[in-house]
Amino acid sequence: MIALDETDRALLRALAEDATQGSGALGRRLGLSQPATWRRIKRLEEAGILAGRRLDLDLGALGFGVTVFLGIKLGTKGRVSLEDFERAVSAIPEVQTVEHILGVYDYRLRVTARDIPDFERVLRRRIMTLPGVGSVDANVMLSEERLPGPI
Amino acid sequence: MLDDTDRRILRQMQADPGASSAQIAERAGLTSATCWRRIERMQAAGIIRGVRAVINWHALGYEVEVSLRIILDKTQPRAFEDFADAARKIPEVLEIQTLLGQVDVRIALIARDLAHYHEIYRTRILTLPHVTDIDALMHVARVKYNNTVPL
Repeated sequence: MIALDETDRALLRALAEDATQGSGALGRRLGLSQPATWRRIKRLEEAGILAGRRLDLDLGALGFGVTVFLGIKLGTKGRVSLEDFERAVSAIPEVQTVEHILGVYDYRLRVTARDIPDFERVLRRRIMTLPGVGSVDANVMLSEERLPGPI
Repeated sequence: MLDDTDRRILRQMQADPGASSAQIAERAGLTSATCWRRIERMQAAGIIRGVRAVINWHALGYEVEVSLRIILDKTQPRAFEDFADAARKIPEVLEIQTLLGQVDVRIALIARDLAHYHEIYRTRILTLPHVTDIDALMHVARVKYNNTVPL
């Protein structure tokens, strides 16, 4: 693990906000030369700290009005292959994230749908028919806030 | 509002958020000028909010990720606002979602290790306002995480 100084942290904060900024523009903001900024970004990438980019879309404006968190418990443990379940659930396009967890559930999913009838279709036709699914709990998301984290 | 060409551009951007607009144009079968104009229009309309760098917290030494699912005391009229205001001040909190279902709020929290988690839990989480009940889901593995939607 590499040590970060204040400038690295400022770079991470700026890129987490807008990853399309070039090293020239970023350097000017942080009082660094373009090559020095580029070297720092390269170092953060090589250390695996900068791990790609994600497109931030307004899902509501695109017609995806419903996001639901599902807690899934597998039934008849030992007879279900986790690999089969994970492969099948990951292939569902409406499923955004799949996390294997420890707690009252086995898996936690984030599902996006156009509206409640569309969510019901995904739930009945795709989720409930997955191999090994025991019980499913749902929480509908009302609002979401993402924070920068400890940098 | 969006036509098939816009959706084609968004699909290419989702698939590879690090690609340049020239690459996106080529893959969507458009001229750079047309593609760029459409991207700018979707940015101005707020459909594309931005491209963010993804930070790998593991590479920064944060080994533990927990979902805390919280039930609030809804007899308090400002329960949600007070809770969110206080939770936002904890640097290790990455996400705050309000939910409709068995729990009222979920927060995603990272920590360096279990001892660090225990310390945050005792000093910062248990002191959050209007909390009636908390349960924790410990993340074991991220099976799918792409935040894309079927466009």
